[in-house]
Amino acid sequence: MREAATPWERLRQMLITVGPGALWLGLFVLIPTLIMLVASLMSRGSLGQLVPPFGLHNYLRFFSDPLFLEIIGRSLWIGLWSTVFIMLLGYPLAFYIAQSRHKEVLLLLVVIPFFTNFLIRVYAWIVIFQKEGLLNGLITAFGLPPAELLPSTLAVYVATVYTYLPFFVLPLYAAVERIDWSQLEAAYDLGARPIRAFWEAIFPQTVPGLFEGFLLVFIPAVGTFVIADLLGGGKVTLIGNLIQLQFGSAQNWAFGSAASMVLMAMVLLGLWLYARTQGEKGLDKLV
Amino acid sequence: MEPTLFRGRRERKLGQNLAVRLEGITKRFGDQKAVDNVSLDIRDGEFFSLLGPSGCGKTTLLRMIAGFDTPDEGRVIIGGKDMTEVPPYLRPVNTVFQNYALFPHMTVEQNIAFGLRMKKMPRDEIARRVQWALELINLPGYEKRRTDQMSGGQRQRIALARALVNEPEVLLLDEPLSALDLKLRQELRVDLMNLQERLGITFIFVTHDQEEALVMSDRIAVMNKGRIEQLGPTEEIYELPKTAFVAKFIGDSNLIPAQALEPRKVRTALGEFVLDEEDALTPGQEVLLSIRPEKIRLFRDKPNLPNVFRARIDDIIYTGSENQYVLLADGQRLMCETLNQDIQEPGHEEFTYDEEVWVALTPEKLVVIEGGVEGSNPYA
Repeated sequence: MREAATPWERLRQMLITVGPGALWLGLFVLIPTLIMLVASLMSRGSLGQLVPPFGLHNYLRFFSDPLFLEIIGRSLWIGLWSTVFIMLLGYPLAFYIAQSRHKEVLLLLVVIPFFTNFLIRVYAWIVIFQKEGLLNGLITAFGLPPAELLPSTLAVYVATVYTYLPFFVLPLYAAVERIDWSQLEAAYDLGARPIRAFWEAIFPQTVPGLFEGFLLVFIPAVGTFVIADLLGGGKVTLIGNLIQLQFGSAQNWAFGSAASMVLMAMVLLGLWLYARTQGEKGLDKLV
Repeated sequence: MEPTLFRGRRERKLGQNLAVRLEGITKRFGDQKAVDNVSLDIRDGEFFSLLGPSGCGKTTLLRMIAGFDTPDEGRVIIGGKDMTEVPPYLRPVNTVFQNYALFPHMTVEQNIAFGLRMKKMPRDEIARRVQWALELINLPGYEKRRTDQMSGGQRQRIALARALVNEPEVLLLDEPLSALDLKLRQELRVDLMNLQERLGITFIFVTHDQEEALVMSDRIAVMNKGRIEQLGPTEEIYELPKTAFVAKFIGDSNLIPAQALEPRKVRTALGEFVLDEEDALTPGQEVLLSIRPEKIRLFRDKPNLPNVFRARIDDIIYTGSENQYVLLADGQRLMCETLNQDIQEPGHEEFTYDEEVWVALTPEKLVVIEGGVEGSNPYA
């Protein structure tokens, strides 16, 4: 047995082990969040700078104006439905890849869009959706009148689903890949028909991956502004657009910070609710 | 006709009804025949083992009885009904998987109750049976445990309980002990035998471990390359191997090439040997003589016995309970085993390196194997 560590030695050990992680979290998560929190409690000066007085006025403004509530409601709505579509597409896709003999190739195909800049990929959708674009070319070739696809909510949905699908498929694939398929046979063996066997033996094991994918998709989908900007035109304003506007042309950093904090609080609330419903294990699974 | 040469390992009254009948089963994977025209009958209440090296088709055969695979040819009859095309969830059999395949997201209780729940059994009846099953496997009080917190032996028993609680007509066991360490394996062998005897359920046990099969089975089918090499009562498989493969795979055997001179007399590199009265060879016929290492007798002075020859002790392998002698006689190597009794008594002999000894092969212990040496090495 080695003798008990002195307090100094213990401090040294702690710095070596958790030190770098703590430093990283402090620099890139904690401090920026605190800056935002402080900024959200300040006011806009005449030149757009942050000035006192401190107070909750930005939050009050946000929650008292039905316009902002509508924006956040719409963001959540579009984010949620995009995520639902992504899940419907991505869930079978992850299973397909996991059991395929060419899984490396298929995984590569899922990742390949990341090789191209995000903005360029969104612009590509403009080429597809615009009035003389690919899609309308196809439609008119069948003798139908061209559709007004840009700007539209539909275009925003399509591009969001396209952009965030890989973020859902990859963690789910990791969960599916670990599944021992003899459990499915065990379920058949014990009298479960195919759908029941899948639902009881396999599906519960994908729930953590499902939730992880949900978070990775839902959070950025709610906060996105580029897609809504380029494909939704002026028609679709999301919370991301609002925040961008406040930090940009409106030059109201205080209000922008407050909107950011509201968005973050709502995401954290969602996480907390999930952890509650999953009991103690919920948080473990999340991490 | 059932041979009556050997009595079973225990007094057993097997039902005359057939639990499982396989008729001409063939299964191909690509152009490879995993199972090649296999037919066999398994009786009610029997402990039946499918024994063979990996890749011999034993697991594929079991999977076709369970319903996970469908044979390309032939029929699977369970309890008198043709079940060849019946899906696994409608068959009156349950399986214990090699890796247990317990559901990791369920507690012990939920795992065991799964099959009963699928049958829509009332809740209190399920609870009662789960209790019964937990007592059966000697794990009462473990209801709420998660299976990933349990040891290999415990998980194996839970897998057993999960299958047995459904009261299957036939229990299929796919190498259920192979992942456990030796001591535990030996314990569970006895547990399995007792359980099977108590419940009277037909067990079909797949294993590559010949000792496991010998200890537990009523009958054994030795498989090789998709075919059954030999099927018979346990003792018959060991004492009267019909092929060189069986002689080498089950236990160990000395194989001596021989040519028949008379119906009961052969010539070998070690001299001329007389055989048992039951053997009847046509002169000129080429055969193999098989003799188990523990059935070879060694003497310091020339004994007055048939089939005696000189040999030199080339090596001695000490395994604790046994002394294994490697004998060299006319270039032929023979293995001989004697119990290490460590008794210093007259008449009890132990031998040393390089000692010249007399070897006697008792005619009744020499088993004649017709057909060539081909396949004599099961690990080739």
